[in-house]
Amino acid sequence: MNEEQESTGELILSCGPHISTITNIPKVMYGVILALIPATFTGIYLFGWSALKVVVISMLVAVLTEGVIQWILGRQMSMWDGSAALTGLLLALNLPPRSPWWMVLVGAVFAIIIGKQIYGGLGHNPFNPALVARVVLVVSWPVQMTRWIAPLDGVSTATPLGILKSDGIAKLGGIRLFDLFIGKTGGCIGEVSALALLIGFLFLLWKGYVTWHIPVAYMGTVCVFTGVFWLVNPQRYANPAFHLLAGGLVLGACFMATDYVTSPITVKGKIIFGIGCGIITGVIRILGSYPEGVSFSILLMNAAAPLIDQYTRPKRYGRLKKHA
Amino acid sequence: MIKLKTFPGGVHPPDRKSLSVHKQIEPAVIPNVIVCPMSQHIGAPCQPRVKEGDKVKAGQLIGQADSFVSAPVHAPISGTIKAVCLAPHPIGKPVMAVTIESDGLDAWDDAIQEDLYYSRLEPKDILNRVRNAGIVGLGGAAFPTAVKLSPPKGKRIDTVILNGVECEPYLTADHRIMLEEPEKIIAGLRLIMKVLNVDRAFIGIESNKPDAIESMSKVAKGESGIYVQGLKLKYPQGAEKQLIKAILGREVPPPPCLPLDVGVVVQNAGTCLAVYEAVRDNKPLVERVVTVTGSAINDPKNLRVRLGTSFSDLIAQCGNTNGSVGKVIMGGPMMGIAQHRLDVPVIKGTSGILVLNRKEAAKQESRACIRCGQCIRACPMNLLPNLLGIYCEKGRWEDAEKLHIFDCMECGSCSYICPASRQMVHLIKLGKQEILSIQKKREAKS
Ligand code: SF4
Ligand code: SF4
Repeated sequence: MNEEQESTGELILSCGPHISTITNIPKVMYGVILALIPATFTGIYLFGWSALKVVVISMLVAVLTEGVIQWILGRQMSMWDGSAALTGLLLALNLPPRSPWWMVLVGAVFAIIIGKQIYGGLGHNPFNPALVARVVLVVSWPVQMTRWIAPLDGVSTATPLGILKSDGIAKLGGIRLFDLFIGKTGGCIGEVSALALLIGFLFLLWKGYVTWHIPVAYMGTVCVFTGVFWLVNPQRYANPAFHLLAGGLVLGACFMATDYVTSPITVKGKIIFGIGCGIITGVIRILGSYPEGVSFSILLMNAAAPLIDQYTRPKRYGRLKKHA
Repeated sequence: MIKLKTFPGGVHPPDRKSLSVHKQIEPAVIPNVIVCPMSQHIGAPCQPRVKEGDKVKAGQLIGQADSFVSAPVHAPISGTIKAVCLAPHPIGKPVMAVTIESDGLDAWDDAIQEDLYYSRLEPKDILNRVRNAGIVGLGGAAFPTAVKLSPPKGKRIDTVILNGVECEPYLTADHRIMLEEPEKIIAGLRLIMKVLNVDRAFIGIESNKPDAIESMSKVAKGESGIYVQGLKLKYPQGAEKQLIKAILGREVPPPPCLPLDVGVVVQNAGTCLAVYEAVRDNKPLVERVVTVTGSAINDPKNLRVRLGTSFSDLIAQCGNTNGSVGKVIMGGPMMGIAQHRLDVPVIKGTSGILVLNRKEAAKQESRACIRCGQCIRACPMNLLPNLLGIYCEKGRWEDAEKLHIFDCMECGSCSYICPASRQMVHLIKLGKQEILSIQKKREAKS
């Protein structure tokens, strides 16, 4: 019964099952990275070399930091399993295209050490590492973190949500929804093109690496929340389609909120989590003083995830006895 | 075609049945020496009824079952008793076993002959023959069939399910008998229905065996109250609770409840065949069909094997192994038991012998849980395998108990699917043993 996995002479002994899926952690992690390629390339195309620089620095530094820390602490070495690279990429996609190199470096180191390794590494971190780093950067270097450029021509601009918050809805007139959808607006490297992000997300769904529950619940709630305000006063509040496509909602909902480690594990839990993220994002965008609230919402809900897990355990098999 | 049914949860391991599915069942060579463990079933071990030097005929009783939950053991060949002593067993520690040296005659006990009037037998006589024949569930669990066919008073059984699912990858023994002997299987099913006084039965077969569905349907068509139900391909559909859920939509309540608490008795296809032979021919359970297969076997086969034949004899009859053998498993790759020696005997529950090469058998290093939730979606028992694994790893037995660790049937779906290669089943098994021993200590104190 309790054979340890060992080798006696020729034959390997271990407990069943004796076969396993070909899916492993690197496959999943590089799968998500692959899914982010359209959004990454769109960002680089729109914002130029500086965006590429941010992506490369962030990913490289994240992977190296992971390796160094694991080596120092004598942990299982897994710097090439894709999880650090993914954290680096997600951080880069959440940064402005003209972020200075030292800020990216600090962010990536921070994401890996404070966001992840301090808790024991992959699987143990309560908060999404890339978002922890991003929030720290926003608080520490607010100027650099809000220096936006317009796509393709590189002149300074503001993000649509920024315009909405500071100048009101009247100034939004020039922004077409279609431009938001394909990414012709100012913003973080990876957040601007909803189209590119959705293509990647569909790939993840098809691979079965993520489920639809969190993104749909999240974006649906933002739609409903902002929709109510818009219906009450369309002169003052932007419509839900705008909220859906502007800012980092699609990136956050599809790729950050769905992080396995920091989101609830059951379907019911995921839906509650998504709704929670949606409400907080709506509250921050409409009532708060920040233009954008995706990062904060996800981090806050990360904190609630263990509690949500507690209350959304699956029903015990056969507990509802039905006998025909 | 009728709509295919299934249960929630589960996984889709590649079925690898094509290695042996087209091989007709052949009789295996009767070996010179046979070793019959006195414990080949769930329940109390048998008492040996022979001693060294005795002569026995095939089919003669050699191990007597003294308790209700047990099953007698019979001599699979004729010959001389060489030893009655501890011998290696494919499941766990060595157990008391009777070793028989063949006289080369394969002479059968006189009592074993066809009863032309078997269909007139009363239910209690059928049950007696099943009990005396030592029949157990041949799907692998090896629970004594007579016990299953004697539901306690007051439990009403309304349906029998014939389990033709064979959801473990690689195994094809049940598939073959459903192709080759459907009449006998269904006759066995009829006998079981008669014992239980039930007039409705379903035969559950997965969609990867269209030929078996066809052959069984052909026979079932002429029978009233017996229906073939096609099922979607999914592991572990052959587990009793999952099969009942798939076909009838009923959920068996948590232990100690059994399928009979929802009015159902499930019998495996091979068991039905054995019941038929026991009742019609008075033939005890001394042989069974075993699939010998795997990438490291040169010529995979389905063999009709006398119980007590050693694994190595059968592997030799299948063209021996090629390349470097990594693992030899009794049963399928999901729930089968890895062997560390090949002189162990085939027992009643040996559905297959699977030989994997070194590469397939190599274990992945297990990592921390990344909370992907795959195991939870896969667990057919609605458990949280991720947490059970963590709790058992850390010795948090009470927490594991609160998560209903004993509902786990060790199907392996969770470990199979885990991208972090976590060995939940191993941890859960350890946890169960540990919790049981703590409970025993607690009881001893109070
Ligand atoms: S926890 Fe038990 S019942 Fe659930 S999938 Fe794992 S082995 Fe199967
Ligand atoms: S499948 Fe493995 S990694 Fe995923 S939640 Fe279960 S135990 Fe954790």
